[in-house]
Amino acid sequence: MKLANPKSFHNGQAVAIFDVASVAPRALRDLVVNSCSHGGRLCGLFTLPGRPGTLDLVALIAHDSEGRLSMLKAGVAQGGRYPSLTAELPSAHALERAIWESDGLQPDGHPWLKPLRRHPALEPAGAAETGDPVGRNQGAGAAGGRDHPFFRMDGPGVHEVAVGPVHAGIIEPGHFRFQCSGETVHHLEIHLGYQHRGAEALLRDSSPARRLAVAETLAGDTSIGHGIACCRAMESLAGIEVPEQALWLRAVALELERLANHVGDLGALCNDVGYLPGASWFGRLRGEFLNAQMEICGSRFGRGLLVFGGVRFGVSPELRHDLLGRLAIARRDLDDVASVTFESPSVLGRFEHSGIVSRQAAEDIGMVGPAARASGCTRDVRCDHPLGAFVDWGLSSAVETAGDVLARARVRWVEVKRSLEFVLARLAALPDGPLVVPMPQPRPGAVVGVLVEGWRGEICHVVATGDDGQIVAYRVFDPSLHNWFGLTLAMRGTPISDFPLCNKSFNLSYAGHDL
Amino acid sequence: MNLIRARFRQGMRTMAWPDGPASLPSRFRGRPVLDQSRCIDGCRACADACPTGAVHGAPLRMDLGACLFCPACAEACPTGAIQFSSDFRLAASARQDLQLSGEAPASTDADAETRRLAVALPAATRRLFGRSLKLRQVSAGGCNGCEADLNVTGIVVFDLGRFGVQFVASPRHADGIVVTGPVTANMEQALRDTWEAVPSPRLLIAVGACALSGGPFIGSAPCGAGVPSDLHVDLFVPGCPPHPLTFLDGILRMLGRL
Ligand code: SF4
Repeated sequence: MKLANPKSFHNGQAVAIFDVASVAPRALRDLVVNSCSHGGRLCGLFTLPGRPGTLDLVALIAHDSEGRLSMLKAGVAQGGRYPSLTAELPSAHALERAIWESDGLQPDGHPWLKPLRRHPALEPAGAAETGDPVGRNQGAGAAGGRDHPFFRMDGPGVHEVAVGPVHAGIIEPGHFRFQCSGETVHHLEIHLGYQHRGAEALLRDSSPARRLAVAETLAGDTSIGHGIACCRAMESLAGIEVPEQALWLRAVALELERLANHVGDLGALCNDVGYLPGASWFGRLRGEFLNAQMEICGSRFGRGLLVFGGVRFGVSPELRHDLLGRLAIARRDLDDVASVTFESPSVLGRFEHSGIVSRQAAEDIGMVGPAARASGCTRDVRCDHPLGAFVDWGLSSAVETAGDVLARARVRWVEVKRSLEFVLARLAALPDGPLVVPMPQPRPGAVVGVLVEGWRGEICHVVATGDDGQIVAYRVFDPSLHNWFGLTLAMRGTPISDFPLCNKSFNLSYAGHDL
Repeated sequence: MNLIRARFRQGMRTMAWPDGPASLPSRFRGRPVLDQSRCIDGCRACADACPTGAVHGAPLRMDLGACLFCPACAEACPTGAIQFSSDFRLAASARQDLQLSGEAPASTDADAETRRLAVALPAATRRLFGRSLKLRQVSAGGCNGCEADLNVTGIVVFDLGRFGVQFVASPRHADGIVVTGPVTANMEQALRDTWEAVPSPRLLIAVGACALSGGPFIGSAPCGAGVPSDLHVDLFVPGCPPHPLTFLDGILRMLGRL
């Protein structure tokens, strides 16, 4: 079956909502499944307001080899049912659970239907936006984690280990439930939602100034990634082009964010295997990139740099000179640390063959970012759907094939080297011109999907306007939403004592998942 | 051999502060300085620009507990009545000490400014915690900005350990907790359970705009407005996230060591 000629468009291009091909729910499932078996990838599945009494179920698909996106929609009665995609397209599993619990649409035939972010037992009656899909009123007392319908194994020697939501260490909350025999983990279920802050509703309803502040704190270590996605979506709806210098500075900030986080992760991985020189040196070098970010915009996390229409801060010749000098020294120090780390037998011994995710599994569950590339998937938004200053970079994605902790560490190291070259080159040749242009009102009746390659992987924001130009829906898909299940798969057959190491090798966001 | 060479090149990186100066870039935004005498009658440009409602015009006031330290208000003000200084010392012992007023510009009254900083704990408590303070961190809806910059206080540059302060894994081993995030409905119970597990006497430190006021998430249905009002907070650390030095400064003042 061929896709019924859905209009395709490029990343970040706003389209009229009535131009999105509309089909029956069953056809939507078949077309999306078909498209995804022919090189398509499901970036988002969500609802938009439909005709009175209905919701539009919308799929956003990326065609990576063509550099195009497409959308399909199907009307479903409010509180109604539609045929689930998950059985044939496992990458839809979390997306359908989110739609079920927050929009009240029932995916018929979903094999794993249970709350994703909400903890029914903890919510006051009446807190739900629609109906009672997650059975809040069907009894169940006490705290959420205890009532969640966890998968359980039975049998001689099988035991269960429960961890969280409050963890040892300075880290966000989540609950991990392991089914083990002896040391070996057979299944890990990850139950999140503790961080649910109602971000999508705030993004939809807030003033522009607050919208950007919320976007910057969706996942606080990805302020630039989510911030750029939000800016690009709103700018595209408003029909403006951002000045070139601003696009370059945004790209520099995005890569500094990647550098800080990748370098920090390499240090944390060293720490988890007891390699202290790597832990402290990478840890210190992470700070160099945060400090560079702060030199440019006053915040270690890049907050305040972005504004709708451009950026707030330029880089003076003196600052540029200073940054280039400091980053060159950081590059030398990083090379030293990486060479001793990746040569150390005690590090390699622990990284190699730990927490393997096969390429097939990564494809099936729709993994993104360095974790997907470590398993052999090439996807990288900067290569496949480049925007702004990335268009003429000519980056090739950093791919490893082993799918283990070592591969995830190596992908990060290769990306560190490439991003650092990019930052040095772009800073040295910054174009002149304005930093910001005025931002008009968004155009009515439009929808835009934006992909940004954050340091964890693909960030996707979808924004739609109503007939009066008001924002009627704002949807966010953090890379963590796709990748948490990858951690589950990495733990299968792995000793439970390797969990901290495997977890760190993914380093996913709880807040970004829970929104 | 390579390891030894690398060790030499990496050098010794712990900062001079608090004995020497702390160096921060010129664009760093610390304590805002308000000057109402510059305000134009009826102007609300700053209040309209603020993402969290932390700023009020006429009379000019600002709640540091809700401030994200973005430059929106300073940028919107046509007369420069709001300016961000590079002073990173922001932590306070009482929530009302974070309410800034533009009537008497703080910069003209150094004494008043010091009084707003965190004060030392009573001598008896300081005897217990002054030389060894173990803290447990609870993120209750934090975005990982505050968490990341708390984590960083442990690296060689800031080296929290040199002050006898340490983050520990169990609330049973802790002398207090550090709360981040707006306290989501889904985390409130876990936060309370953790607090109950800490033996008395114990300290509660609230870090970040979220924990102090709700921050960017003020008024969102599935969140609270930070640490629940029935829990007594001993130290308020503003920022989004607070700079690691802001946190260290607050802790050391609370322990009477600055
Ligand atoms: S105060 Fe800011 S940095 Fe801290 S948790 Fe809240 S949003 Fe994140």
